[in-house]
Amino acid sequence: MSLLELKNVYKIYGELHALDDVSLKVEKGEWVSIMGPSGSGKSTMMNIIGCMDKPTKGEVLLDGVDISKESSKNLTTIRRDKIGLIFQQFHLVNYLTAVENVMLAQYYHSIPDEKEALEALERVGLADRARHLPSQLSGGEQQRVCVARALINYPEIILADEPTGNLDEANEEIVVDLFHKLHDDGTTLIVVTHDPEVAEVAQRTLVLRSGKFSKEIVNENFTGKIRFGDNNPI
Amino acid sequence: MIKKRRMFFRMIFASLMRRRSRMIVALLSIAIGATILSGLVSIYYDVPRQMGAEFRNYGANMILTGRDGSFTNTNIAAAKGVIPSNELVGAAPYRYENVRIREKPVVAAGTDPAGVKATSPYWLINDGEWFEKSGELLVGANIADAFRLKAGDKIEVSYTPESQQAAAADNQVVEDNFREFTISGILKTGGSEEDYVYMPMSDLEELTGISDKIDLTELSVSATSDKLKDYASEIDSVVPAVNASLVKRVTASEATVLTKLQALVLLVTVVVLALTMICVATTMTAVVAERRKEIGLRKAIGASDGSIIKEFMGESMLLGLFGGIIGSVLGYVFAQQVSIHVFSSSISFRPLLVPITIIVSILVTGVSSLMPIRSATDIDPALVLKGE
Repeated sequence: MSLLELKNVYKIYGELHALDDVSLKVEKGEWVSIMGPSGSGKSTMMNIIGCMDKPTKGEVLLDGVDISKESSKNLTTIRRDKIGLIFQQFHLVNYLTAVENVMLAQYYHSIPDEKEALEALERVGLADRARHLPSQLSGGEQQRVCVARALINYPEIILADEPTGNLDEANEEIVVDLFHKLHDDGTTLIVVTHDPEVAEVAQRTLVLRSGKFSKEIVNENFTGKIRFGDNNPI
Repeated sequence: MIKKRRMFFRMIFASLMRRRSRMIVALLSIAIGATILSGLVSIYYDVPRQMGAEFRNYGANMILTGRDGSFTNTNIAAAKGVIPSNELVGAAPYRYENVRIREKPVVAAGTDPAGVKATSPYWLINDGEWFEKSGELLVGANIADAFRLKAGDKIEVSYTPESQQAAAADNQVVEDNFREFTISGILKTGGSEEDYVYMPMSDLEELTGISDKIDLTELSVSATSDKLKDYASEIDSVVPAVNASLVKRVTASEATVLTKLQALVLLVTVVVLALTMICVATTMTAVVAERRKEIGLRKAIGASDGSIIKEFMGESMLLGLFGGIIGSVLGYVFAQQVSIHVFSSSISFRPLLVPITIIVSILVTGVSSLMPIRSATDIDPALVLKGE
């Protein structure tokens, strides 16, 4: 069973088909990039996979559960337990320190544990910046806090929305390296990006155009530990 | 659970402390509301006491008279004993006798100068000074006009003893008692008091040769009209020889003014409470509006509507707590200033008002934050994914 499976998913706003009969399978431990121009349906798809919206039609199976049928209360629980989110704008709470921002995710998930949160920051190389407020951190550092927050509860999937959109080249490299580490640890990654350089390091890249997948690019040179065959349906 | 609670407080304290400039506006509105609230309530409860003292300037509010001629000093003391000493502002006994000045009949009143000063502070000495010791006479303005008397004059006051009064009526030669007095001052009240001369009770007793005789005693009591009625009926039952009656003119107007004043203070308190609620609600609406992203993020990383409400409610209630503490301190200062400037006396500190102000402040903040906080739960978590 795939970790995530979209079966003939539609999202229709009036006349507009934001997603138009989209099917997708993502296996556990896989690293998938989704690319596409503005208005191609990337955000809609992220919202649906991230349990923040429901499709008009079709099934979305996450770990065997059809999330398209769940109440918004249940979706909150699923999102909290199974999904780690990384945002383009980092979205750190500006009055909480780096470690407190990581603990925030623990707080909603289970029990806040400062030691564990500090370890997560150490993993992203920010142990010495743990007590700093977001305003005292660079963009790259803020994004690394965001990554630490996303991975603290050991989610099934890490969903990253334009994770390098606001970063310079050096920081982009650091974040991509972190994704490599996460992938090596067996984390499933779905990365939505404009940037072909970021997209192409994934195992495969799906190109979304006008609400449909128009192309799949499999990265033959992928150097990660885990590799998948190219039998995934699009 | 402890760790979770600790994180909860860590978050709301961080929000209040690290967003100080924003929160100070909210805190200020709550603190001002709590200050005025606690100050006005202090004044509301202190007004009867303050006004009671003020009203005592308008004269006695209870009069003791005797039944069946047994109106003695002992009975008066017993009657006065019914009224708590801290409420008894003053007591003045009066005894009236017909005397003569320059062979013309005049009514002289024997009394206790200090007692009169307390019961009738409105008595004005036009010329000279208050009578204090034996041999001093206070002369009503009308008498002074008629006899062309002024302060410092020495005059002789004569009295025809009862035994000689029949002889006096027959125009026979009688032996009057007489005594020389120095006029200490001329009394101006605008009332019938100007038709009398006043002397210390002991002088009148000496002049007449009759002691322990009193016609009436005026009492000035600092109490509400209901309490006064209770005291009057208690005196009637405890000391049957004494009849206590209230000076309706004074007590009724006192009660009316008090009711109106208290109603006014209450109305202002309610208005202030309503304004505080509107102010806090507006501030919280602004707080929620500027934190839409943060709320969206919290929901995106798994916060339930309940926990969003709990966190924001926790913040606003903590603000209410701080505002209440500041308000109860400043409220006392405010009430004290009002009391000193309006009533010229200090206000008594009411310890119970501190927890009440704090609780009311927390509740008002909580209730007025309810609507904006509920609207926070409607914020879409997808907001944070749109890269805005």
